[in-house]
Amino acid sequence: MFSASDLRKGLKIQIDGEPYIITDFEFSKPGKGQALYRTKMRNMITGNQFTQTYRSNDKFEKPDLEERTMQFLYSQDDEFHFMDTSSYEQIFLTRDQVGDNTHFLVDNMEVQVLFFGERPIDISLPIFVNLTVTQADPWVRGDTSGTDTKPVTVETGYQLQVPPFVEEGDKIQIDTRTGEYMTRVKE
Amino acid sequence: MDRLSLLAFRSSFFGAVRSFFLGAGYLEVDTPLRLPALIPEAEILPFASESWWLQTSPELCMKHLLAQGASQLFQICHCFRKGEQGRFHQPEFSMLEWYHVHWNYQHLMKEVEEFLAALLHACAHFPAVQDGNALILQDRKISFARPFLRITVKEAFEQYAGMPVHLALQKDLFEEILVTEIEPHLGWELPVFLFDYPAELASLARKRPDNPQVAERFELYIGGVEIANGFSELIDPEEQRNRFVHEREKIEQQGRRVGPMPERFLEDLAQLKETAGIALGLDRLLMLFLGCMNMSDVQAIQLENFTK
Repeated sequence: MFSASDLRKGLKIQIDGEPYIITDFEFSKPGKGQALYRTKMRNMITGNQFTQTYRSNDKFEKPDLEERTMQFLYSQDDEFHFMDTSSYEQIFLTRDQVGDNTHFLVDNMEVQVLFFGERPIDISLPIFVNLTVTQADPWVRGDTSGTDTKPVTVETGYQLQVPPFVEEGDKIQIDTRTGEYMTRVKE
Repeated sequence: MDRLSLLAFRSSFFGAVRSFFLGAGYLEVDTPLRLPALIPEAEILPFASESWWLQTSPELCMKHLLAQGASQLFQICHCFRKGEQGRFHQPEFSMLEWYHVHWNYQHLMKEVEEFLAALLHACAHFPAVQDGNALILQDRKISFARPFLRITVKEAFEQYAGMPVHLALQKDLFEEILVTEIEPHLGWELPVFLFDYPAELASLARKRPDNPQVAERFELYIGGVEIANGFSELIDPEEQRNRFVHEREKIEQQGRRVGPMPERFLEDLAQLKETAGIALGLDRLLMLFLGCMNMSDVQAIQLENFTK
């Protein structure tokens, strides 16, 4: 159990049987009065945000959350299938649940899948992933347009800006937190 | 701001505070931080120190000295309140507290105006201070021209929350409405005194003789931040004992250890003349003078980084 005084940004709590993550938090206590814990949070399943003020005697269940290392197998329609690398158990998440992570997800990639009880609810990718460039305009030497980046498309269909020397077939490293180009990877 | 500049500002700020009170005829005192009995307060959690406590405010000790005949006292000290951690709260913080015999809360509000005007003038070189007479906070100019604004708690609830204060109390929503709907508006043109609190929210303040529903208590707000809490002191030992009994019951209900009744304090009250007293959060005020909105940034040492 958590009490209101444990609330802080990033803490995960359970309300009415669903897991929430605290996204913003402010302690206040007007003029020797009751302590108030003003809390913004996001439902980790639906993504809905809400704001609530708690008092010192409020208590919260700890959600049963567990991260498991799993391998991405394939996607079919809007289902993304993963396999537990130790038990070989297979599960899937919906496209909505995977969200923007689809930009960086390729077959056989190892990711962390977050379970709420037995239910997979979210994934987190490695911070850096290496993806192959599938489409890039050739670099015209002496280009005087003044831009020092150009757009390319990687194998997942994601587009990003890279330095002009990156060519089709190159592998590049991308920071999954920002979606930005980091470096060209030599094989 | 680097640490050395902060320490220099902090030092000159504390120096200006002292010189105002010494110049106004106050005696500076320093009383023990660790005490065998505290004022019982249901909403303030003290830190235990063996079987004693660290003070949550110097009120008990200072009234003890007033009972012995002192007439004007001030103190700058550290206070400790468990579980208070936030942008405007730290479990250990610097308090300025002062008392003036023969005064009531109206006299005190006037002196707060003089004090803050003098302090701002002395701190004219601070980052958020403009021309020694205004504060610039979040691109808004707060003038320190006297008189400051005054609004009763009753008026504030009607004006900002559209709910009569007695209803807010009945529904146990007083603090929540104060914090979310009233405080953010207070003290943006001039500092504001919010005054005449419901009597049940002022354990140590005197009730207004002409309106016993309210206590002679005020809070000062600047830029939405609560800075000081002052009142006409309750000096009736019997009434004070009854209020303490009530607070102690609430502490027991919370499952906390109730310390001994501060009997000496109740005896002291019988010796006290009419007195007004006020506690002002120095870290918070310094924070505003430096144009910063996080109290731990202006304390001399940030303990959260201490063990990293």
